[in-house]
Amino acid sequence: MAEQDTQWPLWEVFMQSKSGQPYKHAGSVHAADGEMALENARDVYTRRNEGTSIWVVPANAIVASTPEEVGSFFDPANDKVYRHPTFYDVPEGVKYL
Amino acid sequence: MNDNLKNALIDYLLWLGDTTLVLGHRISEWCGHGPILEEDIAMTNIALDLLGEARLYLTYAGEIEGKGRTEDDLAYLRDVMDYKNSLICEQPNGDFAFTMMRQFLFTVFNYHLQEALLTSSDERIRSIAEKAIKEVTYHLRHSKDWVLRMGDGTEESHMKVQDALNNIWMFVDDLFLTLPGDKLLVDEKIVPAITTIKSKWLETVKSVLEEATLKLPADGFMMKGGRQGKHGEHLGFILAELQYLPRAYPGTKW
Repeated sequence: MAEQDTQWPLWEVFMQSKSGQPYKHAGSVHAADGEMALENARDVYTRRNEGTSIWVVPANAIVASTPEEVGSFFDPANDKVYRHPTFYDVPEGVKYL
Repeated sequence: MNDNLKNALIDYLLWLGDTTLVLGHRISEWCGHGPILEEDIAMTNIALDLLGEARLYLTYAGEIEGKGRTEDDLAYLRDVMDYKNSLICEQPNGDFAFTMMRQFLFTVFNYHLQEALLTSSDERIRSIAEKAIKEVTYHLRHSKDWVLRMGDGTEESHMKVQDALNNIWMFVDDLFLTLPGDKLLVDEKIVPAITTIKSKWLETVKSVLEEATLKLPADGFMMKGGRQGKHGEHLGFILAELQYLPRAYPGTKW
């Protein structure tokens, strides 16, 4: 018989390094609820000034693609180089590209 | 600053420094033994925050004393009767419920004290409070959440945390023990009157315990004397561990 899992639910942690930046996946924590997940994420993942804002998301709320779908999902993009904006000359003086 | 005022301030700073140092050491004993990894790290963070506060107080105490004693001299080369920490902080960790209840009762005190020290007439104490208040605000959130969870949790967790409260209650009054010199510090608006801190402390503690469905222990015998150097048998063991290295290898560096 499989041993019962006595751990609290898993939460995925996303961290924003500074205002305006995208949230990046930092890792995961176990917690009984959202509030505890937020505190655990703060304690585990912000000890070295990594972030200024945190999202925690129940891991089971994330819908992910499966390895079986890799071919049909991603291969069709392989031969469509024209989707990259590399056929344009970037005007001089344009920043942040 | 006249000598009476100077000595009163040194006593007060040593009290806060020793209290945060000893509690930080106690919390650090959980490192590697926390109930879950996340909580293990949370407690280690808190231990380091408290150690940081201790360093600031002890350094300042040494400077005012003016005899060249550093934070390390004060932490490592004083014996039990010269330590002035509040008794609640030297109590052994017990189980997680006891540790968290001890943490909660102390942190409510520390929070209201730091809040008041933000307006101290002493610039150095103000700057310490400005740093500490942010850390302590989080310590309060953390320990309060645990008291609520355990108190209002399962029958077992409720029983454990109520037992913890009953057992530690005899040490809470020692947090508000005053020395004769405190009056000078209060008159100079360097520190707040302890009665103000006590009434705020009691108000916060009562409201959280009520929400946690925990029962405030009845008034009974209170053990006091931390600031006067009257400690229980536990502090000697803490200091033996804390001070072993610098005493066995004086002046050692790494």
